[in-house]
Amino acid sequence: MAEPAEDGGLVFHPMDQFIVKPLFGGTEVGMFTITNSTLWMAITVLCIIGLLVLGTRRRQIIPTRMQSIGELAYGFIYKMVEDVTGKEGLKYFPYIMTLFMFIVCANFAGLLPTAFTPTSHIAVTGVLAMGVFLTVTVLGFVKNGAGFLGLFWVSSAPLALRPVLAIIEIISYFVRPVSHSIRLAGNMMAGHAVIKVFAGFAAITAIAPLSILAITAMYGLEILVSFIQAYVFTILTCVYLKDALHPHH
Amino acid sequence: MATETHGGEAESAGMPQLDFSTFDNQIFWLVVTLVVIYFILSRIALPRIASVLSERQGTITNDIAAAEDLKQRAVAAEEAYDKALADARSEANKIVADAKAEIQSDLEKAMAEADAEIAAKSAESEKAIAEIRESAKDNAAEVARDIAKDIVAAIAPGSIDAKSVTAAVNAKMKG
Amino acid sequence: MEGDIAQMGQFIGAGLASVGMGGAAIGVGTVAGNYLAGALRNPSAAASQTATLFIGIAFAEALGIFSFLVALLLMFAV
Repeated sequence: MAEPAEDGGLVFHPMDQFIVKPLFGGTEVGMFTITNSTLWMAITVLCIIGLLVLGTRRRQIIPTRMQSIGELAYGFIYKMVEDVTGKEGLKYFPYIMTLFMFIVCANFAGLLPTAFTPTSHIAVTGVLAMGVFLTVTVLGFVKNGAGFLGLFWVSSAPLALRPVLAIIEIISYFVRPVSHSIRLAGNMMAGHAVIKVFAGFAAITAIAPLSILAITAMYGLEILVSFIQAYVFTILTCVYLKDALHPHH
Repeated sequence: MATETHGGEAESAGMPQLDFSTFDNQIFWLVVTLVVIYFILSRIALPRIASVLSERQGTITNDIAAAEDLKQRAVAAEEAYDKALADARSEANKIVADAKAEIQSDLEKAMAEADAEIAAKSAESEKAIAEIRESAKDNAAEVARDIAKDIVAAIAPGSIDAKSVTAAVNAKMKG
Repeated sequence: MEGDIAQMGQFIGAGLASVGMGGAAIGVGTVAGNYLAGALRNPSAAASQTATLFIGIAFAEALGIFSFLVALLLMFAV
């Protein structure tokens, strides 16, 4: 939001839209307070229920539009999991589907005007990414035992290079949750902040049409980014899962 | 341009994303949300969609099988039809051939009869003609003798007797 | 006066950090361009590699996001 300041300049608050605040009075955000973040997470859940439960309620052989969207999402993620991780990975399909549906619905719901985007918060994406990271690490050790460490020991490289590569591999392994979470949060935050900055320029009459055009273009890009980031998060989850299931390159 | 750092609003100091006082709240509600979504998906939505998809696959497979079956039946029907047609055609050919043969034999019989009749008739006529020719010859000889006698009598009456005239006429007629 | 200099440093630092996004742009462009070149050579193999394309773009983009994050941190958090 931007409004002309007292001295005639513009005041930009591009980050105000990300403030977590309680919905029902008060200013303190405790652990169980119902905040705008909570509201939009609930809306996300409702979207998922509407799409995947109510949409498929009638179990039609010839699907309605709603049902075919649900089936499309199902088939899309199912095929992705199968392609990337192989047959063993299908056990974890509901988990990956949960991540995908949550992210994609939260991203799209966050694009509504005045909406709050839970996935633009590093706390949210950090938990998602740490969840994936811990699951994958634990799974790797449970499935392969110490053999999981073979992931860091590149046996196809010359022997002298292997310790160096092992250090690089270990660093890149531990950077995974960081990049995994910041990629999603950063993309969502950046797009929304840029739209807000352009919206601030719209207060100046002379450049308002240009600004509105730019907002429209950014909005279109954001729709694409919303989906692509959800897709990227999901496919990276699949790739990490594949590493855990088959650690040998 | 002023940033929130200098904006004077206490609650918007810095990036809201780095306001750690809201982290426990967000994490708590996120975990609740994820668990809810996970249970909805794994208990209701995914099995249902999987069953719908497999049901559709089954229906499609069945339909294809039924179509294949129908196609085979159509092919069989066509073959039966072709066979019936061929049978009918050969039957018709046979009937035509039979009829032709019958007609041919009838015709030959009739021709043979007609030929025999014609032969009989012509033999009879030949006989009649021969008789007529015979009698005509006799008559001619008679006439010739009479005429010759008359002529001889007219030219040289009494010089030649009737017997020698007859003999001469007969000899002439034979020659 | 001191605060003003600190603020100036923040803004300059944020601007410099934003330059890093150009590197991400080059990286994403390289990935997408090479994918397209490969896809035009062998279109039948293209469909199976879209997932790899997006993974490559995601990795290239992550570093741009990091520089964007540094810029934001300098602007709002320091």
